Amino acid sequence: MKKLFAFLSTVFFISTSFAQGYNVGDVADDFRLLNVDGKYVSMADYPDAKGFVVIFSCNHCPYVVAYEDRMIELHNEFAPKGFPVIAINANDSVVQPQDSYTNMKKRANEKNFPFPYLLDADQTVYPKYGATRTPHIFLLKKDGQDLRVAYIGAIDDNYQDASKVEARYLADAIIAVSNGQKPNPETTRAIGCSIKKKR
Amino acid sequence: MISKKFVSFVFYMAFGLLSVTYVSAGEPKKIPMYTFSEFEHWLTKDTDSVYVINFWATWCAPCVKEIPDFEKFNAQYKDQNIKVLFVSLDFPNQIESRVVPFIERMNMQAEVIVLNEPNANKWIPVVNDDWSGAIPATVIYGRGFYAFFEEELTFQDLEETILPLIQ
Repeated sequence: MKKLFAFLSTVFFISTSFAQGYNVGDVADDFRLLNVDGKYVSMADYPDAKGFVVIFSCNHCPYVVAYEDRMIELHNEFAPKGFPVIAINANDSVVQPQDSYTNMKKRANEKNFPFPYLLDADQTVYPKYGATRTPHIFLLKKDGQDLRVAYIGAIDDNYQDASKVEARYLADAIIAVSNGQKPNPETTRAIGCSIKKKR
Repeated sequence: MISKKFVSFVFYMAFGLLSVTYVSAGEPKKIPMYTFSEFEHWLTKDTDSVYVINFWATWCAPCVKEIPDFEKFNAQYKDQNIKVLFVSLDFPNQIESRVVPFIERMNMQAEVIVLNEPNANKWIPVVNDDWSGAIPATVIYGRGFYAFFEEELTFQDLEETILPLIQ
């Protein structure tokens, strides 16, 4: 496989992408996943929401930890405006024991998450969305009966220091979507921890 | 009783002095920290060598797992026009506390630098347009070859990819 890949790259000077999943504009599927409170959560449970901030997250990743307070602030700012945060941990807890359901409950409790923190136990949701890392954000907007992907990427442009953020990519995208506009940019990238697949 | 205490005091003093000496005997490691524009030349070198540029962090478990394979590859092939560079994406305030001890513990011989550029959205696509930002990630290029991997690599992967280029 690697040999073939290397060969193709040499010949065509291409770099390949294994990334699959949603692009901006695609219709996203709902999910039904176990929350840290022991109940199952779906986006269908929020009939009044205008959209959702779906964050693929986890417990262990320092980039997630650096963003947890900002995730809480985003929820507190935008849930009342119809865009609640839903965090999903998709990491396999055998590969990454810190990301077990028990530790999720512990972390949610410590940080007093005001949003659901769900477990993608079967690892069926994250590949469908195309999440590759934590944190990885998918902003969804209700479009009739559908949920359409409006923005994919990072929360903002400075993981190190919230006070030095110059571009609030996600917040700006939510505001744009609420005003019936397209976010600009519609996608951004950030360093994050890879999502840990079941072996 | 007193003498026992005194003995253990002397022992701890001596032990303490020894460990200080031991630490100061090692070469103090200084890891260079670069902005992306300072680092970028590493991605486009036009020499006879093959470059293996690995993006990692001490907190990234799959990165830590593949480092011994990269080190083994470096040890075995560094004299054959192959240059392995580890680019740490650790937090800049954790270089002394985490990266330096890690390098010493793993006895890493290949060059390590720290990339300090908080707005990854600007530089990730420059490294590779298909990179989502997950690590580990590795660029291998040189001698007309280019490949990007957003996945873990093994010693065998490195050999299979690179050896055809240098033979």
